[in-house]
Parts: sequence; C-alpha cells; structure tokens
Amino acid sequence: MEAFIQFIVQSVRYGTPLLFGTTGEIITQKSGSLNLGVEGVMAVGAIGGFLFATWTNSLILGILAAFVCGALCGLLFAFLTVTLQANQNVTGLAMTIFGVGLFQFIGQNLTSGSGFPAMSAELAAKVGENGIPLLRDIPVVGDLLFSYNPFVYLGVVIAVLCWVYLFRTRTGLKVRAVGENPAAADGVGVNITRIKYLNIMLGCGICGIGGLYLGMVLRSGRYDGYGDWIAGYGWIAIALVIFAAWSPAKAIGGSFLFGLLLSLQAYRGAVVSIWPAGLSWMNAIPGEFYQMLPFLLTAVILVITSIRKKKDGGSPTALGLNYYREDR
Amino acid sequence: MKEKVKQPFVRFVRRENVTVRRTAAVLTAAILFALVLGAVLLAFNGTDPFSFYWTVISGNFANAIAFRNLIRAIVPLLITSLGIAVAFKLKFWNIGAEGQFMMGAFFAMTASLLLGNALPSFLTVVLVALIGGLGGALFGGIVGFFKVKFGTNETLLTLMFNYIAQYFVAYLLNVDFYRRPGGGIPVFKSLPTSAWLSEIRIGNFSFDTALIVALILVTGIFLYFKYTKHGYEIAVVGDSPNTALYAGMNVKKITLRTVLLSAFLVGLAGALQLQGPASGHTMSTGITGGMGWTGIIIAWLCRLNPFGILLGSSLMGILERGCEIARLNSGVSAASADILQGIILFSVLAFDLFIRFKPVFRKKTEGLKGGSDETAGQPGSDATAGEG
Repeated sequence: MEAFIQFIVQSVRYGTPLLFGTTGEIITQKSGSLNLGVEGVMAVGAIGGFLFATWTNSLILGILAAFVCGALCGLLFAFLTVTLQANQNVTGLAMTIFGVGLFQFIGQNLTSGSGFPAMSAELAAKVGENGIPLLRDIPVVGDLLFSYNPFVYLGVVIAVLCWVYLFRTRTGLKVRAVGENPAAADGVGVNITRIKYLNIMLGCGICGIGGLYLGMVLRSGRYDGYGDWIAGYGWIAIALVIFAAWSPAKAIGGSFLFGLLLSLQAYRGAVVSIWPAGLSWMNAIPGEFYQMLPFLLTAVILVITSIRKKKDGGSPTALGLNYYREDR
Repeated sequence: MKEKVKQPFVRFVRRENVTVRRTAAVLTAAILFALVLGAVLLAFNGTDPFSFYWTVISGNFANAIAFRNLIRAIVPLLITSLGIAVAFKLKFWNIGAEGQFMMGAFFAMTASLLLGNALPSFLTVVLVALIGGLGGALFGGIVGFFKVKFGTNETLLTLMFNYIAQYFVAYLLNVDFYRRPGGGIPVFKSLPTSAWLSEIRIGNFSFDTALIVALILVTGIFLYFKYTKHGYEIAVVGDSPNTALYAGMNVKKITLRTVLLSAFLVGLAGALQLQGPASGHTMSTGITGGMGWTGIIIAWLCRLNPFGILLGSSLMGILERGCEIARLNSGVSAASADILQGIILFSVLAFDLFIRFKPVFRKKTEGLKGGSDETAGQPGSDATAGEG
C-alpha cells in the first residue's frame, strides 16, 4: 500500500507540469490559435523564472517571472500570427527551436562562465513536498491529497479559474466565439485582435510556470549543460489538450492520468506489488510502450471523435486559421 | 460595448500578385535583419560577430572534408523539405515528418538486415531506399486515410504519430534482431555494406549518391507541380476543395495520393540518411536530428517552391555546419546555432508579410477618435481593419 501511495504521489508530481502546459494551451487554442511552440515557451519560462527566483531568492517572484517570460513568448507569437498573419504551425515550430535554443544558450554560457546558479537551501525548501499543515497528517488521504509542493495546488487553482473564465464569464464566451467563428464574433463587435493577443499571452504565461516547475522540482534546479529541462513535456501537453477535450477542468484529471502513465515506466513495480498475480503482465510490457501511451491514447481519441463526428469534442472550429477581415 | 473606434496607424492590404523579385528582396532583407540582431546578441555574449559569421560561412568551404560534410547536412534536409512541400501545397498540414523520417529509416534498416549482402550492392541500395520510402508512405498514409475518411485533424494526428514512431524505435533497442550484440549501452546494428550509399569522387571533392537523388527530386517535383495533371489537381484542391469538387475532381483520391507521395519522400530521406555515412550507416533514436521540424519551416518559408527549398536548405545547412565549426574552433556555445536559427526564422516569418501584404499608413487628416468613414458602422474594429 505504501508503495502504491508513493506511485500516485509521483504521478501527481510528474503530471503537474502537464497541467500548467495544457491549461495554458487550452486558453490559447480556445481563442483559435494553435501554438505548437509550448515546448519553447516552457523552456523560456523555465530559464527566466529560475534565474529570477535564484537571483531574488523568492519563489513568488520566480513564478511571476516565469509567467512574464512565457507571456512575452506569447506576445511574439501573437504579433507574428495575428498582426503579421504568419502561419501558426510554422511560427509555433520556430518558437520551439528558438525557445529551447535560448534556454541552452543561456544555460551553457552560465555553465562555462560564472557557473549555473543553484537554488538556495531556503528556496529548495519552499518547493519541497511540504504539503498543507495538519491536513497532510491524515492517513492515506493526507498523503494522496495534501502532501505536495505548492506548484501542484497552484496548478489546480489556475486550472479551475481558467475553466470558470472560459465557460462561466462573458469574456470567456467572447474568447470561445473568436475560436469558433471569428468573422461572426467580429460582426457583433468583439475585438478579435485584442482577444487573441490577451489569451495567447495568458496561455503562454501559464505554460511558462509549468516550465519553472519542471526546472525547480523535477530537475531540482540542476542543469548538465546538455539536456534541456522540458524534454518533450510541451508536446505531451499539446496531446493532452485533445485528451482533455479543450476543458481546463478535465485537464486536471487528464494531466494526473498522463503523469501516471509517465511514472508507470519507473514505478510499475510498485503497482505490480499490490496484486502480483493479476498485474505481473505489466512488467512484461517494455518501458517505451508506457512512454508512447500518452500519444497513442491521444491519437486514438482524435480518430474516434472524428469518426463519431461529435462536435462536443470541444475543438474550436477556427483552430489554426488566421483571421483576416477582408477575407470575410 | 463602448470602444474607441480608431483608424490604426498602419494596416495591411493583400497584394494582388506575388513577384519573385519582391520575394527575393524581402527574404534577403529579413536574413540581413536577423544577422544584425544575432550580431548584437553575440557581441553581448563577448563573441566578435564578424569573425563568427566569417567562420560560419568560410569554414564550410575551407577544405574538401568540410564541404563534403556540408553537402551531407543539406541533402536529407532538402529531401525532407521537398516531401513536406508536396503535402503543404494541398494544405494538408503534414507535421509528421519526424515520424515518417524515422519509419523510413526503420523500414530501410529492416530490409537491409534481412537482405544482408545477398544481392548485388547496386540493387540492394535501391531496394532498401525504396522500401524505406514505402515505410514512410505507409506511416503517413494512415493519417491520410483517416483524414479523407473521417476528416480527422491531420496536424494533431501527424504530431502524435511522431512520438509513436520515436518510442517504437527506442523500443527496438530491446530486440535482438536490431541490437548490436554485447553489453553496455544498447546500440543498433550497422547496415550490411551492400546497402551503403557509394561515394562519387571528382578530383578533390566527393559526395554521396544521395545528392544526385536530391537534385533529381528538386527538378522532378518542380515539373510535377508545374506541368502535370497531378500538380494542377493539387493546386486546385489546395486552393479550394469546393471548386475541385465542383469541377468533378476526386478530392479524396487526390488527397490520399498526395499525402502518400509526401510521406514517401520523407521516408526516402530517412532511408538515405541511414544508408549514408552521416549516420555512420547506423540507426539511432536521434537519426532525424530535428530535420522533420526544420524541414517544415524551410518548406513554408521558401513558399513551397522546390528551387527555393534547395536554396533554403543550403543556407540552413551552412548555418548549422558553420556554427559547429565555429564551436570547435573558438568554443562558441553549441546553442548559438539554434538561437541564430530561431532569430532568422522569426525574422523571415515577420518579413513574409511584406511579400503578401502592402502596408498602408494612416493619413494625417483622418481618424484620431470617433469613426472614420471607412470603419463607420463597425464599432470595435480590430487592428487589421481594412478597406472594402
């Protein structure tokens, strides 16, 4: 049982960066923009937030900096795709190359120069698995729900707020209208440009926090001068947007499920140990299959929703299409 | 909804025609702009930008080996990008080149390991390359099938397929048929020599046969787009599927055929990369080297023109190899290439607007506040408010 609880706890830890990335990307996509550059945005958020956090020795300022760095990437993306009408797919891919490149550039120069900054003990303690006082002492439930680092709770709160924003506010209605049919939204007086800019920036800012989480918690702030901190998480987040049917609320469950899949590779022994007779087949399946599973599941879901032709999949109709008023 | 209606300072009007001359001029300006930006960044970093750029360019042509390596870097990128351009022409957003490249290499490896050195080398090389292409086509064709059958979103599905291919190949390292015997870090077997590409030597210079394939493909795809019935159909379907339907074209068939061709070319690029010396004739999980991504950007920014793509991938190759040379010579960080690449791509993307659109500046007399006659009746007009 202890091992199983550990496994769940690890799943949540692995899933949290996905929660940020997915929630951010949902906001962006709901306004009609397909940003394939989540990986790059998270990388920029990670390095910007981490440097600021270690410099000021403050977690909150670091999170804000990660948000701002992510939002700046979003500003660049919005400027290129909304104002300059550049192709969204291509801009997103360029963002990935640029963002990861910037991360490596800064990281490598710091490593070879003054040395890559380390988190102070105080900062490291803040991002530790401190949990919520008192509540975390409840047996089992305390471990499962109240034993995490502050990012986990921040992520859940942001996801819930984003759900309320998108589906329960007037502005959210406008955002969804822009994503579904910008020409119609324009016709009733919605400012398309402003909605798109703000939501792309908001979405990318949230992705940036996810990058910081990866750096501070999962990578413990260590950089080896070679591998970047994001390592594919941004792409999984894009997959998860589809899996979560473009709903930040579903993204909460979805990202912990994907986190579970990601940690299965390393921790499946713990799962098997619960019921060895029935679950031993899990050990026989190669680890790569578990890594592939998030993408395989998403592909299957994509195909199934398209076969059923259901519109409640949540995919914005105008996703990936630039809006140019004269084409209306 | 009381929003200020304001004539924007500058707005963009679509141009009637896109000329080659303007395209060339704008792209040159974009690259120069990016190089200046990059120079500032390098200078901040304590690198002399002029000597850095000089090393990047001249380093590739300094000796026969550097030049040979340059060609080896360009060729797979060129073929990949051509393949992507075929699908993009149809507005089928195939961003699955990473996966198709990988599966091309995987099929080629399987074929080569099965064939061994049994057949004459020439035959083996061709057979292995074609099987690789077919592998890519199969992998891309699955997505094409779902697209025409159910209208599945191809951008997202090809994206997922990239990672399915990636982890599939990673898994193969556990399979004895593919893994090199012995302990230590698992490595793939090298291809039997029969499947290796041969090198052609002219004086001091040498290049692989893949270069000839690539150049034939550039011309071939150019002619295919421009002078064949297929090329015409692709253009019509890409422009407007409804027009194509109305004209009696079988849009589904055309789409599937084009996707297969696109993925075949990308798979072929993967096979040739595996058969060539750049990969050491050996499969690896990193065999694509990100070419599936870079190829997409090149194809798009070169406006899907095969000769443009030849130029674009050459420039990208010079940049990548040149930065590597600069890194070895003067210890500039390896990430400089990525960041320069990113800046150039953003710059070209931004400047691209001036090829397709014409900026129109606000006249002094009109519209500071309140509706001007052009936007009257459209409260809350956005920044791209245009004329009728």
